[in-house]
Amino acid sequence: MNGTVFQTFPITATSHTLGEYRARGGYAGLGQALREWTPAQVGERAKASGLQGRGGAGFMTGLKWEFVSKDAPVVYLCCNIDEGEPGTFKDRWILEHSPHQLIEGMLIASYALRVRHAFAYIRGEFDLPLRRLEAALQEAYAAGLVGENILGSGFSCDIVVHRGAGAYVCGEESSLINSLEGKKGFPRNKPPFPAVRGLYQKPTVVNNVETLATVPWIMVHGPEAYAAIGVKKSPGTRLFGVSGHVERPGLFERPTGYPLAQLIHEDAGGILGGRKLKAVIPGGSSTPILTAAEIETVTLDPESMTRAGSMVGSGAVIVIAEGTCMVRLLQVLSRFYAHESCGQCTPCREGTDWMNRILERVIAGQGTPADLATLRRLPTGIQGNTVCALGDAASMPVASFMKKFGEEFEHYVTHGRSVHDGRLAP
Amino acid sequence: MSTPFPSALLEQFDAIRRRYPPEMKTSLVLPLLHCVQDAQGHVTEADAVTIAGYIGMPAIQVVEALTWYSMFDREPQGRYVIKVCRNIACSLRGSERVVAHLQKKLGIGVGETTADGRFTLRTVECLASCGTAPAMQVNRTYHEQLDEAKLDRILEALP
Repeated sequence: MNGTVFQTFPITATSHTLGEYRARGGYAGLGQALREWTPAQVGERAKASGLQGRGGAGFMTGLKWEFVSKDAPVVYLCCNIDEGEPGTFKDRWILEHSPHQLIEGMLIASYALRVRHAFAYIRGEFDLPLRRLEAALQEAYAAGLVGENILGSGFSCDIVVHRGAGAYVCGEESSLINSLEGKKGFPRNKPPFPAVRGLYQKPTVVNNVETLATVPWIMVHGPEAYAAIGVKKSPGTRLFGVSGHVERPGLFERPTGYPLAQLIHEDAGGILGGRKLKAVIPGGSSTPILTAAEIETVTLDPESMTRAGSMVGSGAVIVIAEGTCMVRLLQVLSRFYAHESCGQCTPCREGTDWMNRILERVIAGQGTPADLATLRRLPTGIQGNTVCALGDAASMPVASFMKKFGEEFEHYVTHGRSVHDGRLAP
Repeated sequence: MSTPFPSALLEQFDAIRRRYPPEMKTSLVLPLLHCVQDAQGHVTEADAVTIAGYIGMPAIQVVEALTWYSMFDREPQGRYVIKVCRNIACSLRGSERVVAHLQKKLGIGVGETTADGRFTLRTVECLASCGTAPAMQVNRTYHEQLDEAKLDRILEALP
């Protein structure tokens, strides 16, 4: 409960309802925006706050909005609730515990962008998050907060909930747009970017849940207050999810620039069973792995993370204890990417499958030194040669695991078994 | 080879259609496929053709969506479909033990259905339950922080 934007209230059986959200000051930002500012001024405030996208890429939110033409007759907003980057469970928290905060953020963004229909694209597997969102929307419609002539302002906006159907790649914004058009979730070539030609060829903004749910706070407290939190170049708080081998896995709202080691060893209670830390995947499964020594001085902001050779990504910190077999762990990831490659680009479709099959062979004790050489070479053939970032996402773990834990792969191939006992869980 | 849907289902189709702006008719593909699957447990190619007729779009585009997205089952499944996450965070917290226990208890392998048609066992990729791993879904319902004893309790509590 020591959060600023999100984890500010005790979770109870009713804390997600409209009444309690309003009692916490909810929908004041929307009221203020509609009463006091023009759409352009709302956009200015978002930009001045320095808020960056929380989905993983970290693009400036205000700038993304600015790319939309002011003369476009139809503009769409899509909230990306296709949360699927392994390690990530923050958007789900927002929907389950503060769904109105997202709805309010979507409405403020829609006002700034002059959107009449906004879409909440939610991954198909979600159960409670979907029910909470739909119930919250019903409450909001009944209270005149969504729909026609919101709060008597003359601004009208509908929010449509749209369920995905099981595809990691649909978290990529242009793939999400194709999926929302009823097509296979193939990513599109860019440019044109969605802000120019998106959903049904109309200018479209796709924003992450955490990004949009931050907007009401910025309206109420002002962009300067937000810009003053955390590190200057990437301000604000973030919902960091800690999973894997820690005593207390969970979600922690912390300012950017927060020490990674403190998050793991203090907030998450340290390494499970008092073991030693071996490695950390700091920003979702696609981000390069860091060794225990490498994370000692790292802080949770893009600059520090880039210096360390990785990324903040979606804020998903996956912790790995000593004794874990890195070969088997990498195969878990490679199997995932091979399964989720959409099949559009040859380097990704073939490459992810190739990497997975080699790793399957290695963990079956049938790998050869030539297999490892191929595994080292494959990422270079995939990265930068595909329409979207899934190929890069699949390649970075392979390249970084092989670079930092190469001797475990050599041992597996030489002896036909893991240098550890091969178990992934204690 | 289009088969007619019952009128109750068509009423649901109409309700879904009204939620979308009229110019977005192809957006109805996924919601209507979900709607049919929720009603009958699976959704066939023939259903996809009927849906295409309802929307007024080429059948091949609906069939393409049906076959591309992993959540649509084209054949009848067990009454309870158990989907165990096997991605990284769940693996680090024991999803392999979860799968092994379910296989032993149900007497089936991954991808199989019990002879009485009660259970289908599957593995799936990340369910966004990494902080409460290991996790699984039984039909739509999430079950998290699983261990052997909890799995036994969950299975026994199913009607």
